[in-house]
Amino acid sequence: MRFNLVRKRYAMAVDTRRCVGCSACVIACKEENGLPLADFRSWVEVEMRGTYPDLAMEIRSERCEQCTDAPCVTNCPTGASYYADGGVVLVDRSLCTGCKACIAACPYEARYIHPDGYADKCTFCLHRVARGLQPACANTCPTQSLTFGDVNNPVSDIAKLLRTRQSKQLETEAGTKPNLYFLT
Amino acid sequence: MAFTRRDFIRIGAVAGGVAAASGLTTNWWNLQAHTIPDPKTDGDYAVPTFCEMCFWKCGVLAHVKNGRVTKIVGNPAHPLSKGRLCPRGEAGIGMLYDPDRLKTPLIRRGKRGAQVFEAVSWSAALDETASRMDAIRTKYGPEAFALFFHGWGASWFTRLGQAYGTPNLAEPAYAQCMGPREGAFALTFGQGLGSPESIDIENARCITLIGSHLGENMHNTQVQELATAIGRGAQLVVVDPRFSVAASKAKYWLPIKPGTDTALLLAWMNVIIAEKRYDADYIAKFATGFDQLAKHVADKTPEWAYPITGIKPDAIRDSARLIAASRPASLIHPGRHTTWYGDDTQRLRALAILSALLGSWGRRGGYILPSAMELPQYPAKKPEKASRPATDRPQPNLYPLSEDALTCGLRDAAMIRNQVVTGKSPQPDASNIRNQAVAGTAPYPVKGWMVYATDLMQSLPAPKQTEKAIQQLDFIVTIDVLPSEIVGWSDIVLPESTYLERFDNVWAPAYKEPFIALRQPVVEPMYESKPGWWIARELATRLGLGDYFQWKDPLEVVRWRVEAAGQDFAKLRRQGVITGQRLPVAEEEGLALSFDTPSKKIELFSSTLASAGFDPIPNYTPHAQPPDGMFRLLFGRAPSHTFGRTTNNRLAASVFAENELWINTVAAKSLTGFEDKPLKSGESVVLENQDGVRSTPIKAKVTERIRGDCVYMVHGWGHSSNGLKFAKGRGASDSELVTKFETDPIMGGTGMNVNFVRVLRAEA
Repeated sequence: MRFNLVRKRYAMAVDTRRCVGCSACVIACKEENGLPLADFRSWVEVEMRGTYPDLAMEIRSERCEQCTDAPCVTNCPTGASYYADGGVVLVDRSLCTGCKACIAACPYEARYIHPDGYADKCTFCLHRVARGLQPACANTCPTQSLTFGDVNNPVSDIAKLLRTRQSKQLETEAGTKPNLYFLT
Repeated sequence: MAFTRRDFIRIGAVAGGVAAASGLTTNWWNLQAHTIPDPKTDGDYAVPTFCEMCFWKCGVLAHVKNGRVTKIVGNPAHPLSKGRLCPRGEAGIGMLYDPDRLKTPLIRRGKRGAQVFEAVSWSAALDETASRMDAIRTKYGPEAFALFFHGWGASWFTRLGQAYGTPNLAEPAYAQCMGPREGAFALTFGQGLGSPESIDIENARCITLIGSHLGENMHNTQVQELATAIGRGAQLVVVDPRFSVAASKAKYWLPIKPGTDTALLLAWMNVIIAEKRYDADYIAKFATGFDQLAKHVADKTPEWAYPITGIKPDAIRDSARLIAASRPASLIHPGRHTTWYGDDTQRLRALAILSALLGSWGRRGGYILPSAMELPQYPAKKPEKASRPATDRPQPNLYPLSEDALTCGLRDAAMIRNQVVTGKSPQPDASNIRNQAVAGTAPYPVKGWMVYATDLMQSLPAPKQTEKAIQQLDFIVTIDVLPSEIVGWSDIVLPESTYLERFDNVWAPAYKEPFIALRQPVVEPMYESKPGWWIARELATRLGLGDYFQWKDPLEVVRWRVEAAGQDFAKLRRQGVITGQRLPVAEEEGLALSFDTPSKKIELFSSTLASAGFDPIPNYTPHAQPPDGMFRLLFGRAPSHTFGRTTNNRLAASVFAENELWINTVAAKSLTGFEDKPLKSGESVVLENQDGVRSTPIKAKVTERIRGDCVYMVHGWGHSSNGLKFAKGRGASDSELVTKFETDPIMGGTGMNVNFVRVLRAEA
């Protein structure tokens, strides 16, 4: 069971029709969050179907899915992983021992161990959101493919997009209730 | 419900998180309240300037913390970035803090090309450079010195070259890139497109890309507008032998046989004219030569084009109808790197003529006509015109319509030893004069080179020719940030500061939202690097040309120019950009169209071309196809890189570390030498071209996304410079395989898609 303490529900819609897979989101994230050169909180997936010349391609800018039922939180033995504002899953570095239980539990491979010894992943840039800003990835995206916001606010851009566009989610069979939506 | 201890901690964590987020400082259940981690990369302040990671020049805000740049983001006030940046712009930090940067001036202490240097002081390097330049001026005249340049920082060096007295100032951006396009549009509409291109992607209802892979080619504003157009429901037609990112978003992907684009363009015109889908009123009002055009394309049917292009007649007709249905907001994108086959001006003429039939020139969603904000020139001593014409072509009437000096011609001019070559002018006929720009025929020799911010080994075709030319020179000096290949061939190397460490001149391009943009330093120059303006002025002073550089620093020049334009300089320093009044850019906005052509009309039939002996209406010219067992070598761009200039940038490389060889799945199965063990993605191969030149190893990408008669790689890898410690040995260089090129007889551009390669297994 889970307490419904969260009124806001932060989510991100990724428009696969607009995205060109340029990776500006990836580098903006690395700079904003001061990540080591070899580590990533976001990445770009390209999925191909068909044979020449009948082809289809989907490009997805991916990151932590900020699951409503997050296996990383459930499986964290120290309570380092927790639900923060808007349901965003965060890691309290002071509590994290780097045991990797969360990494094993995550179906999206969204986490890595930072060289300083803690599990790290996308935070939806909550430090920016708290100041009324967009996450760094959404802020830079040249194609405006990334829409961040509160899905529980019916007049938010993301709520409108999810009402008007077809979308899909990844690994829904894992039962994680992810909060990344891919507009198709 | 039973609680485990783990659940107990978890609930505490949830409550703690909520408490922290809601601003409570409770220490509930003795658990610490979580705090949201803030990396604090906003830093102490942000400096607005404009980017030089590619040559689009977006406005950026560079954040600084304790004197170090922490992040670079788009400047929301700047019309080109609109607050958004591409990966290269963000990765400017990777260039600034590249440990492989040129750190001190260098003087060569080994053979040219051996990359053996001694670090020297600035005064020693500048004295030596000036004395060598002076010796050339005295012995041969100033025209015997050539400047090769690229990028915004070059303005100080082109001024130096003009003051010195040479007309031989050339950039690969012309003859290896945009030249044919600019010429073709000038012939048709009376003006070129410039950069940023005067096109209105965001309002287009249909966008046709011909060999352009916008999206992988990451010109920020164009990609932003492409996404906006897609968001508004615009349709895409993509003509490309490769299933590009743009092709994946297209209504029609036409995987054309490389080298046959002109045939497709003619067939599209055939359909649009035969079915009366062109803008008859527009053509009647503004164009000349329609009847000749209609007659010319009458037999260029889709059925005619099918065996040439490999595109089925139905697909040609259907795509033509889609393109015409959206007119005038139907943009046939002009592309940017357009030097492919040596008949490129004619191909782009066909593209321009098609655009005219659609009535899209001077219309929203097509080609627009922006203007620039006024920016007076600084009142300084004006360089005199050089006393001899440029020595960039064998005869003055070769390449009659070139508008700029030709790099490869200046390279050839370095290889002649005797002073005089005359002779009968050949007839300006394509078959006669193509590829005659060979050593020994230019009017006078070039004995010294200055190379500013362009790696000539990768930007010019046939790099062995460049090496040979350099061996003939009395002197070569390079100014750059990183030790690219050309640095290894230089006598003196002057380390320039990056764009984040220097002032440059102000920029006010023609754009639909006109603006003035400032480049100003974000941090102090690192190592002993110096800004280009300082290097140019120091050289000028030593050469007795100080009168042409009468200013303390660029701030003085920039401030004068901005204030003379009636603008607030303090505001420009604070914001990085000042925008001007938006003026009408299209007929729909009240703009009256006029054409600076001889007929003052859109020239579907070009009298200029006719009188110069060229086809007045484009014809399709067949190009050689690869023999059995070989593939045409094609090259392009990755969104995170700008040619070879970013390949050593570890931040940019974190998302794209090396190029791959794209090869069709079926073609990969029938490769000679791979019968026992078929080629798989990730395996290294070596390419051997028609002249026996072999590449360094490159990983194969076996894919459905490309035709079987060509292979593709992203340009800029395969570095051999020892100084590029990260990039050296990664991937392969397309440039090394471009030993052959076809010169455009109209304007001297070098078509480079004419090389064929065999795919060999890399030695283990």
